[in-house]
Amino acid sequence: MTESATAHAAHAEAHHELGFVRKYLFSTDHKMIGRQFLFLGLFMLIIGGLLAMMMRWELAWPETNIPLMGWVPEPYMYGGILPPQTYNAFFTMHATIMIFFVVMPIMVGGFGNFLIPLMIGAGDMAFPKLNMLSFWVGLVSGIVMLSSFFVPGGPAAGGWTSYAPLSAQASFTGVEWGQHLWIISLIILGISSLMGSINYITTVVNMRAPGMTYFRMPLTIWSLFITAILLLLALPVLTAALAMLLFDRMFGTSFFLPAGGGEPLLWQHLFWFFGHPEVYVLVLPAMGVTSDILSTLSRKPIFGYHAMAFSMIAIAFLSWVVWGHHMFVSGMNPLLGTAFMMSTMVIAIPSAIKTFNWLGTLWGGSIRFTAPMLFALGFVSNFVIGGLSGIFMAATPVDIFIHDTYYIVAHFHYVVAGIIFALFAAVYYWFPKMFGKKMSEPLGKIHFILTYIFFNLTFFPMHILGVGGHMRRIYNPTQYEFLQPLQGINHFITISAFILGVSQLFFLYNFIASLAKKRDAERNPWHANSLEWSAESPPPHGNYETTPVVYRGAYEYSSPEVAEDWLPQNRQVSGGVARAH
Amino acid sequence: MSEAVAMHSAADAAESPLTPESWGKLGMWIFLAADAMSFGGLIVGYALLRHASAQWPNPAHTLGINLTAFMTFLLIVSSVTMVLSLSAIQRGDMKAFKKFLMLTILGGLIFLGCQAYEWTHLITERLPEAGLSFTTHLFATTFFVLTGFHGMHVTGGVIYNSCVLAAVSRGRYGPKHVEIAGLYWHFVDLVWILIFTFVYLI
Repeated sequence: MTESATAHAAHAEAHHELGFVRKYLFSTDHKMIGRQFLFLGLFMLIIGGLLAMMMRWELAWPETNIPLMGWVPEPYMYGGILPPQTYNAFFTMHATIMIFFVVMPIMVGGFGNFLIPLMIGAGDMAFPKLNMLSFWVGLVSGIVMLSSFFVPGGPAAGGWTSYAPLSAQASFTGVEWGQHLWIISLIILGISSLMGSINYITTVVNMRAPGMTYFRMPLTIWSLFITAILLLLALPVLTAALAMLLFDRMFGTSFFLPAGGGEPLLWQHLFWFFGHPEVYVLVLPAMGVTSDILSTLSRKPIFGYHAMAFSMIAIAFLSWVVWGHHMFVSGMNPLLGTAFMMSTMVIAIPSAIKTFNWLGTLWGGSIRFTAPMLFALGFVSNFVIGGLSGIFMAATPVDIFIHDTYYIVAHFHYVVAGIIFALFAAVYYWFPKMFGKKMSEPLGKIHFILTYIFFNLTFFPMHILGVGGHMRRIYNPTQYEFLQPLQGINHFITISAFILGVSQLFFLYNFIASLAKKRDAERNPWHANSLEWSAESPPPHGNYETTPVVYRGAYEYSSPEVAEDWLPQNRQVSGGVARAH
Repeated sequence: MSEAVAMHSAADAAESPLTPESWGKLGMWIFLAADAMSFGGLIVGYALLRHASAQWPNPAHTLGINLTAFMTFLLIVSSVTMVLSLSAIQRGDMKAFKKFLMLTILGGLIFLGCQAYEWTHLITERLPEAGLSFTTHLFATTFFVLTGFHGMHVTGGVIYNSCVLAAVSRGRYGPKHVEIAGLYWHFVDLVWILIFTFVYLI
């Protein structure tokens, strides 16, 4: 936000009707709220990343001094040595922060807010004040989550899944207020997300510009629309479960405590009933922006637009009936387990449709290997690896063997951490529209090459660790004789992870330096078709001088109707007839 | 807020809005879908815990249903008065509108009063007699969490309806806002019928 404020100091003069506070802090402009979410997410990304670095040190060189961390007071660290309790807290907070405070705020909160009104040709969201409230409530939730680092006992240490009964009684993890705050923070985040979802859905359903039919919407909008529906229906279930957990912890009830007649499995069911749609909440926007970037930068229409939209709808439906695959080893009727196995495997079909359509889009295109394109390609390739390893785990017999090993850590990092590629692609791609400035292309390419190589060197060997029996949440792998021969892989992963972390400095520098420079972006630097590129960079309050009229879908690249190789959605071709899409 | 926005937005031409009269109406439907999921989560949790429990007290005996039956009737009547108040404001009959909306609010208040009485009675007499308390048996835990969560919704509804009444009196709100408030109130009513059935009757 501060950076944004500096970046837009000049812009403020153009809109003298609003003061600093109304414009940068309590803004109701969807674009400013989007930027606020983006900055919040990037800030949290640094914290989540640093936690991962410290965990990697511990796994490679267990119980040795982490450099530069000697200042952390006991009992959280002992002269830089990470004790098991803190290690547990770190992996819990790493996942919680990355999922709820990085990917969701940036992809859903940031790009969702920024792009939805712009791409459908609306002036703002349906409920701008609710939108503003959504950010500020989300920020409070983030502050509550971070404050748990400073309470006695440290932050939550029961894993991001907070399985009961471990999480349901303070004496089990030794964490009292940390876990309370974790629960309270996520309940608050649920409220923020609810306000966002109501806004997104209402805006897409009611406020599309004339001619913008559902099947002319860019796939980014489709993905965000479906994501909003998933969030709307999934998060309240988590909130209900969190409320029960809070009652167990604070008021002595026994929802999840077997001693009082409760059911620990109930937590798992409720959590994963939310948790699996949540996975698609994270990945669908990444798929949406990837589709748009791939099409624009290969100068070709997206391959199978309708199939792309319908496969996202299919994924969204299926995501409600697969949660049991997280619980194959929790004790389940084999018949039910088989049903969950089948439904999970069926999800591979729409996912594969999307992957093949991305490849079909690239096929024969004149591909522009710019930073956003490279990152979008990186997302696709990582998604393929993550998707394929997912099929192994969908099969119950295989899952029983690799459950809770590093194989699953490898899998979900390929999918969920792989989303960071789509996230970077989106930042590089829409940065000119968000801030009116272009990011450095050479720095972006260096950033991509280093990130891509060291991402794979970090996460791919984890498959091997996992099949070797390396447990998922283990503090010191060398304590087991059978894991000692694998320790070399842990060294390799840790060094790769450090380089991966350091590579992000290229992005950080590029991002801040680009914010600080003068405005240099034209309206449509990528020669893209969707509506947002016809607005100013950055668009003023209200977005469009006049409401745009849409004549076609967003993917008319290399159209024979016009001389240029792009044909914007709102451009009327003389003599041309408005086509279905 | 929503009025100004809706007015502004409706002024722009849009491709086939679902609720052209007011964005707020769609917003409320969407909110109710989410709220239904949170009640759903709690009710499913209750069902699973009850199913897995070794012994579950007979609800009708332990809780008593005479007062609750009256409360259910009251809430249904308040839904009817809500419909009548909407119909009145749509006709422009402000006097009838005010009367029926006030009756709706009154219905909600009496419901809350009955619930407060019921809870006190249960906590101090009936549950201890049956050897139950909020923390010692899930029967009581789920009862208080479910009815309490619903009671919070009724409280919210009473406040919401009072705000609508005040805003209409000042001329800031019109029939469409009453309709949106009505959606919420009917939802709270409907959820109560489910809770009454699952928690008290079955």
